[in-house]
Amino acid sequence: MQTDLKESITRERMMSLFEANHPLLFANDSSTLAEIRERAFLSFSKLGFPNTRMELWRNTDLKESFGRGYNYHLQPTEEADVQKVFRCNIPHLDTAVIGQLNGWFVSKDVPLMELGNGIIMGSLAAARKKYPQLVERYYGTMANDSIDGFTALNTAFAQDGVFIYVPDRVKSPKPVQLINVIHHDENIFLQSRNLIVLGANANLSLVHCDDSYNYQASFSNIVTEIHLGENAMLDHYKLQNLNNDSTLVSSVCFRMEASANLESHYISLNGGLLRNNIRLLFNGPHGNANIYGIYLMDRKQHVDNQVFVDHAHPDCTSREMFKGILDEHAHGVFNGHVLVRRNAARTNAYQSNKNILLTDTARVNSKPFLEIYNDDVKCSHGSTTGQLDAEAMFYLRQRGIGMESARMLLMFAFADEIVQKIAIPQLRQRIEDMVKKRLQGELQICEQCVLHCSAPERQVEFNIDTAKI
Amino acid sequence: MLLSIKNLHASINGKEILKGVNLEVKKGEVHAIMGPNGTGKSTLASVIAGREVFEVTAGEILYKGKNLQKLTVEERAREGIFLGFQYPVEIPGVSITNFMRTAVNEMRKYKGLDAMSGAEFLKLMEEKKRLVEITSNLTNRSVNEGFSGGEKKKNEIFQMAMLEPTLAILDETDSGLDIDALRIVANGVNKLRRPDNAFVVITHYQRLLDYIVPDFVHVLFEGKIVKSGGKALALELEEKGYDWIKKEQEA
Repeated sequence: MQTDLKESITRERMMSLFEANHPLLFANDSSTLAEIRERAFLSFSKLGFPNTRMELWRNTDLKESFGRGYNYHLQPTEEADVQKVFRCNIPHLDTAVIGQLNGWFVSKDVPLMELGNGIIMGSLAAARKKYPQLVERYYGTMANDSIDGFTALNTAFAQDGVFIYVPDRVKSPKPVQLINVIHHDENIFLQSRNLIVLGANANLSLVHCDDSYNYQASFSNIVTEIHLGENAMLDHYKLQNLNNDSTLVSSVCFRMEASANLESHYISLNGGLLRNNIRLLFNGPHGNANIYGIYLMDRKQHVDNQVFVDHAHPDCTSREMFKGILDEHAHGVFNGHVLVRRNAARTNAYQSNKNILLTDTARVNSKPFLEIYNDDVKCSHGSTTGQLDAEAMFYLRQRGIGMESARMLLMFAFADEIVQKIAIPQLRQRIEDMVKKRLQGELQICEQCVLHCSAPERQVEFNIDTAKI
Repeated sequence: MLLSIKNLHASINGKEILKGVNLEVKKGEVHAIMGPNGTGKSTLASVIAGREVFEVTAGEILYKGKNLQKLTVEERAREGIFLGFQYPVEIPGVSITNFMRTAVNEMRKYKGLDAMSGAEFLKLMEEKKRLVEITSNLTNRSVNEGFSGGEKKKNEIFQMAMLEPTLAILDETDSGLDIDALRIVANGVNKLRRPDNAFVVITHYQRLLDYIVPDFVHVLFEGKIVKSGGKALALELEEKGYDWIKKEQEA
C-alpha cells in the first residue's frame, strides 16, 4: 500500500492512491455511496487541485503547502489518546463533546450516541452502517463535487467524520462541541467528512474547533454538510487555532429549507494557511442567515474566506460581516458572492468586510460581489481597509493610556463587534480572552494545549478591563 | 510657574503656524485665549498636548519646570495635562467605563498607586457624572459614538473631572453648545477650579467667559499672542470684533 510515502500532494499521487486502495475505500459503501464516491473520483480526475490561474484561487497560492510533503494514512495509525482530545473543552460550558484525532472519530465510549430525545451523534462511518437510509438521504447532496477539486477529493476518499442528527421539533439540550485535533509526529495529510442534519423546527448549537497540539506540518481537507429543515435553528461556530505550518481547507455547505435560521461564526485565530469555503443555499422562502467572521493573522499567515450565498427563493435575508486584523506579512482574502436569482423577490442581502493592516507588508484582497437578477431586492456591500485610527490613538493617549494599551484597546474594540455576536456567554468570554491573548501575541501553540483549555479560567490582563461593569 | 511657553514656533508639513508664542500660567489661574479662525489656537493646544504631527522648530515649553518636548503624549497626560477636544473622537466598541478605567489606572500606576477596585471606580464615576449633570446611561455607550454635540462636550468635562488634571486646556469647548449645555460645561469647570490647578480656555466668543471668569485674556493672531489683558479685553473684543486687532497689527 502506498500510503506512507512522504511526498508532495499532486493529482497523480491522489489518483494512484485511490486506485491502489480501492478495496479499502469501498469496503463499507452501499451501492448509492459507492456510486457517489466513484463519481467524485471522476470529478477530481478532471478538476485536479486548484491553482492561482482560477478566479476563486487567484489570491491563495497552495504551492508551498502542497510541496511540504505529507504522509497520508488511510487508516488510523495509533490508538487515540482520548484524554488528549477531550482536554480541549470549554470550561464552565456544559457541552456534549465529539472528538476527532487526525481526521478519525474518537469516542469516550460508543461510536454512536443515541439520546432519548432522538438525537444521534457520533461517527459518520458508524452511522452509515446503522442508519444507511438516513445518511444516504442527505450525504453528498449539499457539497458539490463537480465544481471544486477539494470537495471531490474529499468525497472520493471520505471514510469517517462526524454525524449529527437532530430530529423534527427537538431542541438539543446543550451545545455540541466538535473538536478536530491534529497531533502526529510526522507531516500528515488528512481528510474528514461531517454530516449534520437538523429536522424541521429542530434547534442546535454547534461549536466546531480545528486545533493542533504540536508544531508538525499538516494539510487538512475537511468537508462539512449541514442541512437545516423547515424553521430549524442552528447556531454554528467554527474556531480555528492551528500551528503556523498547518494548511486547512474547510468547506462548509449549508442547505436551508423554508424559514430556517442560521447564525454562523468563523473565528480564525492562528494557522499557516486557512481557507474557508462557505456555501449556502436558501432552498425555501423566508430563510435568515447571519455569517460572521473574525481573523487575526500575523507572520506569513494567510487566511481566505470565500462566501457564496445562493438566494434561490424569495423573502430570504443574508448578512455577512467579516473583520480582520493583519500584522507583519500576513495576507487576508475575502470573496463574498451573493447570487439573487430571478424569482428571489424581496431578498435582503448585506456584505461587509473590514480590515486593519498594522504594517506596510500586510495585505488584503477584498471583493464583495452581488449578482442580482430580481428588481425587488435590498442589497448592499462594502469593504474597507485601513490602519488604526490616528485620531483615536491620540485621543486615548491624551488621557494617559500608553501606546501599546491604546493599540490593544482599538484592536480589541474592532474585533469585539464580531465577538459580541456569540450567543453562548461562556464561549463569548472564552473567545474574548483568546482574542486578547492573540492580540498581545500570547496565544501560541503551547506544548500542552493550544487553547489553554485545561488551565482554569485565568484573568487576562492588559490594563484593560473589558468587563462591562 | 506651572506653564511657561517661550518663543514657541511650530509647523505642520513645513508650514509655520506658531510664530513665537509667549505665555505664562500660574497655578490657580484661568487664562482665555481668543482670536479669529486659523490663527493657531488649536495648534497651540495640540503642541502642548504633544501631538506628533506638529513640529516644534524653535522655543520651548516648560511645565512644572520640565521641558515638555522630551515627553510623549501619554507622559504629558500622566503629568497632569488634559486637552478638552474641539472635536471629540468617536471610538466604536470602547465603552466610556472601560476607557476611563484604563486611563485612571494607567495614571495611578504612573504615580505608583495601586489600581482602583471596581467598586471604588464605580463610585468615582457616579460622583463625577453628577458634577456634569450626566443623568443618562452615557457611560455604557461607546466613547462619543452617536453622541450629540452637547453630549460630547459634557463627556469631555466628565473625563476631565475623572482625571483631575493640573493643567486643563479646553479647545473651543463652547462651540456647538446651546445655552443650557454651555452652563453645565461652565459649571463643571468652575467646580473643578482649585488653587493648585489651572485652566487655559480657548474660545471664539466672549459668551463662555460670562460663565468661566478668566484672570487673563490673550489674543492670538497670526501665530503670536499680540495682546493680553484682563476680563475687560474679552468684552472689548466682543464689541469691536477682531478687525480692530488686525488693523492694529497692520499699523
